Order: sequence, then structure tokens, then C-alpha cells
Amino acid sequence: MAAYLIRRLWQMIPTLVGVVLLVFLLFKFFGGDPAEILAGLNATPEQVQAIRDQLGLNSPWYVQLWINLKSIVTFDWGRSFATNETVANIFATRLPATLTVMIPILVFDTLLALPIAMWVAYRRGSLSDRAIMVISTVALSVSFLVYIIIGQYIFAFQLGWFPVQGWSDSVAKNLVTYVPLPVLLVLFVGVAPQTRLYRTFFLDELGHDYVRTARAKGMTEKTVLFKHVLRNAMIPILTNIGLSLPGIFVGSFLIEVFFSIPGLGREVILAVNRSDYPVIQAITVYLAMITMLINLLVDVLYKLVDPRVVLK
Amino acid sequence: MSAVLPPIVAPGAGNAPRSEGVWRAAWRRLRADRLGIVAMAVVGVFLLMIVLTASGLVARGWQKEVALPSAPPTFVGAASAVAADAIATPTGPIADISAVDPLAPRYKEWAERAAQYKTVETPRAETLPFGADRLGRDVLAKAMKGTQTSVFVGLLGALVATLIGTVLGALGGFFGGKVGDFLEWLYSVFTSIPDILLILSFAVIFGRGIVSVAIILALVGWTGIYRQVRAEFIKHSTRDYVRSAEAIGASAGARMFRHILPNVSHVILVRLSLLVVAFIKFEVILSYLGLGVGVDDVSWGTMLSEAQSELILGYWWQLVAATAFMAVFVTAFSLMTDALRDALDPKLRGLE
Repeated sequence: MAAYLIRRLWQMIPTLVGVVLLVFLLFKFFGGDPAEILAGLNATPEQVQAIRDQLGLNSPWYVQLWINLKSIVTFDWGRSFATNETVANIFATRLPATLTVMIPILVFDTLLALPIAMWVAYRRGSLSDRAIMVISTVALSVSFLVYIIIGQYIFAFQLGWFPVQGWSDSVAKNLVTYVPLPVLLVLFVGVAPQTRLYRTFFLDELGHDYVRTARAKGMTEKTVLFKHVLRNAMIPILTNIGLSLPGIFVGSFLIEVFFSIPGLGREVILAVNRSDYPVIQAITVYLAMITMLINLLVDVLYKLVDPRVVLK
Repeated sequence: MSAVLPPIVAPGAGNAPRSEGVWRAAWRRLRADRLGIVAMAVVGVFLLMIVLTASGLVARGWQKEVALPSAPPTFVGAASAVAADAIATPTGPIADISAVDPLAPRYKEWAERAAQYKTVETPRAETLPFGADRLGRDVLAKAMKGTQTSVFVGLLGALVATLIGTVLGALGGFFGGKVGDFLEWLYSVFTSIPDILLILSFAVIFGRGIVSVAIILALVGWTGIYRQVRAEFIKHSTRDYVRSAEAIGASAGARMFRHILPNVSHVILVRLSLLVVAFIKFEVILSYLGLGVGVDDVSWGTMLSEAQSELILGYWWQLVAATAFMAVFVTAFSLMTDALRDALDPKLRGLE
């Protein structure tokens, strides 16, 4: 196990180098000049030059790349071009807000979709089965934007059940007041397609011989479903959850923009609009790291769920 | 061994019917799928509309302000003129201040000069079939033009992504070795960054515009196609027909693109149409955020971003128009994709 982990971590290095190179090259050679953006429209060439000196943009590219690599290893990304806030501080203050919204979404999404999918797969071909397929196709055909716009208008503006947007310093107040509406909207759109996906996983398992054998042995349907089928179907389901985990950290940035939640996703949009390169670079590189680590974690979890899986 | 056996002659071997090809079989299966045919017809109507708007026959004047600002749809009826009385007109005598007004001597001259210019008050409609936006532009024309933009971005992006993914996947799957390793590395780099972050990073660099949005989406979306084409090429490159082609001297390029590619093209077609839907949705989001199409263009995304502030004032028609056009097109396209997948690749039925 330890050898496996070390090898996997070792294999991440070339990919990570690739990510750093990709981001660096993109912004260095294709992106605009941050000094000009910072200086504004009325700046004199001397001022722009001074800012370039200050940001270290005049040193040769390999020096800049070296500084870039050093900043990744030391976790010190310097400061945002636009607000002079340290990037570390941006991470520390924005991430909690994102997680406050995204973790309930992930938990409820899974808790709702799993039992429905199991039930629908068990009663394959029935009316509810077809209904789920139709609902998920229709639900996905409209942009999520529309759901947010209409949801905010009806539930917050007209009916006044929730605040239209906002955020506070207390986690409890956030969870009770500000989080419910975005979470409900995401679940409204997301549960049907998720159910549709999980349904295929359950259907796959239900078709296997061991299910017939278990039934032939006289096991109750409950035991067959929950002890045998569920456990086997957990493998693709876990993969799916694992794949969606890195997304949690950027949050659904649309939600954060619409509901004024001061999270990482909104920070990315702000940084993009201000061409704030240090922030974009840092977030991209760290998310790549997190993605790879989570993929590793999912592979290890397989082993726990299914002892037949051999890690190699 | 088989050399000593007489060749088995099927009855009527002289003109034995050829077994039907993959495309013909797919078409036969597709025709049996009634829902798929209807979906294809709807997509066809949309494509026709896009051709008409693109050639300027329809909705050419979508930027003209033809109606009153936020004129309601015809079936709702014209807005009642409540707003005119919102500020009470002052009553009482108008004081004559011409004695102290320093500009008084010039009023006449200005009035004469102003009279030389003719202003034509264009009549503005009070209602339109689908209403008007806050500038008085026809929402129906906007929605049609927006369909053109959004679908064009989706199609172009998906085509470029498919091209990148297919070529790289073919190279990686066919040659393997160093080339394959390099491409796998590139793939892992691109997939380890969340899509939306990559799209936003590219958006900063490429700026706004219809073509740049399509390119951005293509640069981010090629990985899925690459993966699948690569797997197919690995599978096919050792098959007998490819080895036979090699034996008669077909070059590597010919084997890849003349022999293998047609045999995996159905997989590519299905992937392509899945990408179109995904890219249309991304375009809408990017345009909403102001990172998508330019300010002179209209797309479903820009319409939705205008609609958000209009909705609070009670002008719901632009939101409904953009949503309805998008919902019908995307549903029809998704159903068509489902039908295509069932017809072209029966093994995949029920997945995704």
C-alpha cells in the first residue's frame, strides 16, 4: 500500500509540472500585460515600466518561471495584483464560504439520488422509470441560469421565503438563512440527471448472475438489494462522486455570483475580470493538485469497498 | 487445413446480397425511432432558421428599435400609460424672467437654427408579437439571431474539439510509444484542471467574440473525444484488416485515416453531438458573465443577462423567448443524439 501511494504521488509530478507550464506559458506569452492593466488608461510609459519592475516582469522568462515554481513549493504566492491581498489569505477566507454551500449540495444530491435510483432501477421499465428519464432530459435542456433567475424572482422576491442574496459571518446563520435557496435550486436541477446516471449503475448490477443466485438461495429482496447490489454499485457511484469532488472547491461559481456568496468561485470570476494573474494561477495549480489527490483517494476507497480490486 | 476443403458455396452465391454497412443499418434503426425522427425534424427547422438569419433574409434588423421600450407582447395588450402622470405637472403662472435671463436674446436664433434640421419621428409599435426589450428591439428577431449565434458557437466549437481530439487520439492510439506517452501526459494535464477554470483562463487570454468562444470551448473540450478515439484506435490497429492494409503497402497515414477512421466514425459522431449541447450551455454562461460573445452580438446568454433585470420590472417576455428557444433546441438535439447513439452504437444504449 505504501509503495503504491508513493508511486502514485511520484507520477503526479510530471502532470503537475505540465499544469504549471501550461498556465505560465498561457499568461506569459498570450495574455495581456498585467502592468498596463494595473496602471490604467492614463498611465505614462514610465509608470508602466515602474510597475513592470515592481512585479518582476522585466526579468527573463526562465527567472520568472523559477520564481513561479518556488512559489508553488513554498505555498507563497505573493499578493493579488488588484487588491494587494495575499493569495494565501484569499484562499483562507473564501474557501469556507464555498464549502458551506457545496457540501450540503453534494450530501443531499447523493442522499436523494441513491435511493430513488435504486428504486427506479428495481422497477425497471415502469412509469416512474420513464418519468425520471423525461424529467432529466427536460430539466437539463434549459440553462441553469434560467432556474436561478426564476427561482430568485419567485421564492425570494415575490414570496419572500428566502433572502434574495447575502452572506454573514456566522456559519449557522448562513446555513439556515442564505444557503437553502441555492441548494434547493441546484437539487431541483441536479437530482434527476444524477438519478438517471446511478440508475444505469444499478441496472448493470441487477443483471448479474450473483443476483439470481442470491434470489435462488431464498434471500429476501431487501438483503439482495442492500447487501449485494448496493455494495457492487458503489464502485461506479464512488467514481462519480470522486469526479465531482474537485468541482466543490471552485464551487458552482454561478451560484456564488448570483447569490453574492464570497467564495472561491466568485473570486475566480473577479480575478478573471481584473486580469489578476497570481490569483488565477494559484487557484488553477492548487485545484489541479487537489483533483489528483482526490483521484488517488477514490482509488484507495475502491480497495476498501471492493477487496477484489488490486491496486497496481 | 482449409486448403483441402472445398470452399463452402452459399446458395445463390453468384449474386449474394452484401451485408448492410454500418451506416445503412444505422439509418434503418434510426427510421424506426419515431421520437428520434421528430427530434431530427425540429433540429432541421432550427438549422433552416439559422441559415435564413445568417444570410440576412430574416431578423436582419434585430438591432433596430422598432417599438416602444419594453413593449409587451401583442396578446398581453399595450402597456397602459400610467407612467406619464408619475410626476405632477406644476400649476400656477409662469413667471416672466426674460429681463434677467442672460440667454434670452439668443433663444430666437437657436430656434431658427433648430428648425433647419428635420427630425423624423419614426412611428414605434406599441406591441410586438413577442414583445420588445428595454431599447425597443424586437425580441423575436433577437431570439432568432441569438439562436444563430449560440448554435453556431456550439457547432463550431464541437467541430474543432472533435478535430483536435480525433487527430491526437488517432496518433496516440496508433503509434503508442513516445508519442502516445506525450499525448497521455497532455491529456492528464488538461483533465487535472477543472473545466470551468480552464475555460475562464482561456477566456481572459482570447478575449470576447463568437469565434474565440468557440476556440476556447474546443481547447477545453477535446479530451473526452481524444480518450475514446485513442481506445478505439488501439483496438483496431491490431485487427486483421489493418494488418492486411499494411501488408499491401498502405502508409501509416492511410491506415489511420482511410481504413480505421471510417470504422470508428460513428463513435466520433455521437461524441460530437454530445459536445454541441454542452458547448451551447457553456456559451450561454460565458456570455452571461460578459466573457462570451461581443457586445454587438446577441446570443441566448446575453438575452438572459438582460432579462434578469427586466424580470424585476415585470418584463418577462425576453426571458421566456430565450428560454423557450433554448429549451426546444436543446431538448430536440439531445433526443436526436440519443437516437443517433442507439442507432449507431447499440452497445451504448442506456448509458449516460
